Amino acid sequence: MRFVDEYRDAGKARVLAAEIAGRCEPGRRYTFMEVCGGHTHTIYKHGLEDHLPENVVLVHGPGCPVCVIPMGRVDDAIHIAAQPDVIMTSFGDMTRVPGGQGSFLDAKAAGADIRMVYSPLDALRIAQANPDRRVVFMAIGFETTAPSTAMTILRAAADGIRNFSVFCNHVMIIPAIKAILDSPDLRLDGFIGPGHVSAVIGCEPYEFIARDYGKPLVVAGFEPLDILQSVHMLLGLLASGRAEVANQYARVVPWQGNRTAMEAIRRVMRLRPHFEWRGLGFISQSALMLADEYAAFDAERIFELPGVRVADPKACQCGEVLKGVLRPWECKVFGTACTPETPIGTCMVSSEGACAAYYNFGRFSRDRVREATRA
Amino acid sequence: MTTERTASETPDLGHAVPGTPHPDRERQVLDRIARARRRKAVVREERITLAHGAGGRATHTLIEAVFLKEFGNALLAPLEDGATLRLDGARAAFTTDSFVVSPLFFPGGDIGDLAVNGTVNDLAMCGARPEYLAAGFILEEGFPVADLRRIAASMAAAARAAGVSIVTGDTKVVERGKADGCYVTTTGVGVIERPVSLSASGARPGDAVIVSGPIGEHGAAIMLARGDYGIEATLRSDTAPLHELVSGLLDGVPGQVRTLRDATRGGIATILNEVATASDVAVVVDEDAIPVRAEVTGVCELLGIDPLYVACEGRFVAVVDGAHAGRALDALRAHPLGAGAAVIGAVKDDPPGLVLLRTAFGGTRIVDVLVGDPLPRIC
Repeated sequence: MRFVDEYRDAGKARVLAAEIAGRCEPGRRYTFMEVCGGHTHTIYKHGLEDHLPENVVLVHGPGCPVCVIPMGRVDDAIHIAAQPDVIMTSFGDMTRVPGGQGSFLDAKAAGADIRMVYSPLDALRIAQANPDRRVVFMAIGFETTAPSTAMTILRAAADGIRNFSVFCNHVMIIPAIKAILDSPDLRLDGFIGPGHVSAVIGCEPYEFIARDYGKPLVVAGFEPLDILQSVHMLLGLLASGRAEVANQYARVVPWQGNRTAMEAIRRVMRLRPHFEWRGLGFISQSALMLADEYAAFDAERIFELPGVRVADPKACQCGEVLKGVLRPWECKVFGTACTPETPIGTCMVSSEGACAAYYNFGRFSRDRVREATRA
Repeated sequence: MTTERTASETPDLGHAVPGTPHPDRERQVLDRIARARRRKAVVREERITLAHGAGGRATHTLIEAVFLKEFGNALLAPLEDGATLRLDGARAAFTTDSFVVSPLFFPGGDIGDLAVNGTVNDLAMCGARPEYLAAGFILEEGFPVADLRRIAASMAAAARAAGVSIVTGDTKVVERGKADGCYVTTTGVGVIERPVSLSASGARPGDAVIVSGPIGEHGAAIMLARGDYGIEATLRSDTAPLHELVSGLLDGVPGQVRTLRDATRGGIATILNEVATASDVAVVVDEDAIPVRAEVTGVCELLGIDPLYVACEGRFVAVVDGAHAGRALDALRAHPLGAGAAVIGAVKDDPPGLVLLRTAFGGTRIVDVLVGDPLPRIC
């Protein structure tokens, strides 16, 4: 398939892998965090680590939109969904995320009308088709998905649709990266920057990482060759002692970002003073809520919410995994009490979550597998 | 799989140094997970969810913890596509399947021919010649009779094509809203004439893994036919009766076929895992060797779904003695339905119970059974 196969070419990967190995100083360890869950998924799905030398280690960051949703917010959403005239809509990834009292899938089995959509516009269409029901879209995601939520609200306002609202859980990537950089647990050599988020916010917002923390960041695309090339670029920056922001994904990401998309967010949303992130705790000015002008579309103001904060289960070490301090299999409950079928933590739910990616794709011993896969 | 657990099995691994590999620790963890996966199935949910019907791990848990627990017997226990039994000295295969597809009519078929072919194929996977079918209908009040006629005509045509007769049946009508138009259940019996012993537990190291044609066309066609995505493609369901193709294979390499499974719900990924688990072997497949039509790849890319998990209704996976793989392939390709057959991998002894994929990118990963339906990714 054009525009996909070119970026999955094993021959090119081997050439790049050799160059990466050549750029590594012997005896030095390189630890890079891929911030975005989409990258985590690509790395595992294509077996990308097989192309990296052993002293280049990728740790998985907090950029999985589902993984950072705290349990209390899931309970709030289920509470809304349980109202008799409500149709709750959300992305497919949300359906198995556990709250304090089960997931959307369980709530649906208990009678709630919960539907999976591919876009908030689909939710708006459901609202138009069901004028006697209240249709709520559970909005999640970083700046990648926030513009489409904002545009949908603008459309709903323009069309005078009154039975549609948004339960806004949009979060922002920069405060999350800053929280990681300020975390004392971790030593990183650089970042593989999130491609889709950057298509919206551009590359400038990352400059503080280079300036204040002295770490390079390369904004990367989502195909496996994109990620290998980003590792190659990071090693190049480190070798020449340059802490800079670079853009590997220029075919999609303009340096300035997408002004129209940012403008839509600015019109419709405001910063929350603080927001709880699963595993990371409260981070100030890290999330978005609807602006007062759009209160009529704000599910948080339309519905009375329990708003009960649910502490993460004690055994769950999602926070350490999201910060890259623990590798998924180092969590105490990984693969025994916490599995994709009975997830304790959100990292085990989404296919972008580090734990689910490792469990589904990487749960094997490399030595034994090398033997088995020898042609 | 949902499993029982005890406190002693959640280890304290201490605080790890980030990024430092611990091969011994990793091995311990992998062993512990392998043990956890072998434990007895327990259904934790209080209610049935859609995941229980998706053909993945949740379905398997439900079957094991509820049905196998109550019905358990030697014929049911292997959980093959059908039961192989002896009736008056003759070997017979016996199977049943329910169809709840939506929409009822889709490019390449409808619920009628799907219901006939599905049961014909389950019998074929047991190595049987399909003979007789029973058909049960659950109809919703208000369902158009014209649609029912169309479904019945389609079933009759499929039965004729497969050389089976529909000899008994049942009809029930439920109130409006209690069903989705029309559900069909078919039950079939067939005669096993050859001295075959086919089972998911029959794979041995050195065997070849073959798929009978390009994968995922039925599932992809249905996803598009639902019209939720606004994607247009010229995809048709691959629904077809496979018994002739299977006959050709069994005659082409007598005694060399170990396993036959049609790759319906859960796709070939689920079948390969069943083989790896039941036979306690590793199944190693090459992504580049798996036939997938460009339209299916395209739809799956757009929706963020892996074609390995997408249902087929006219394709099967065969495990064949490795020394006879070439002849098996020739036998399959001699039939129009097997023209796209390909060897996709091999059976190894270690690591047992795992399906490994050599990716087109030159890496390695495992292919696991999904819990429920494949969930599209957000971004």
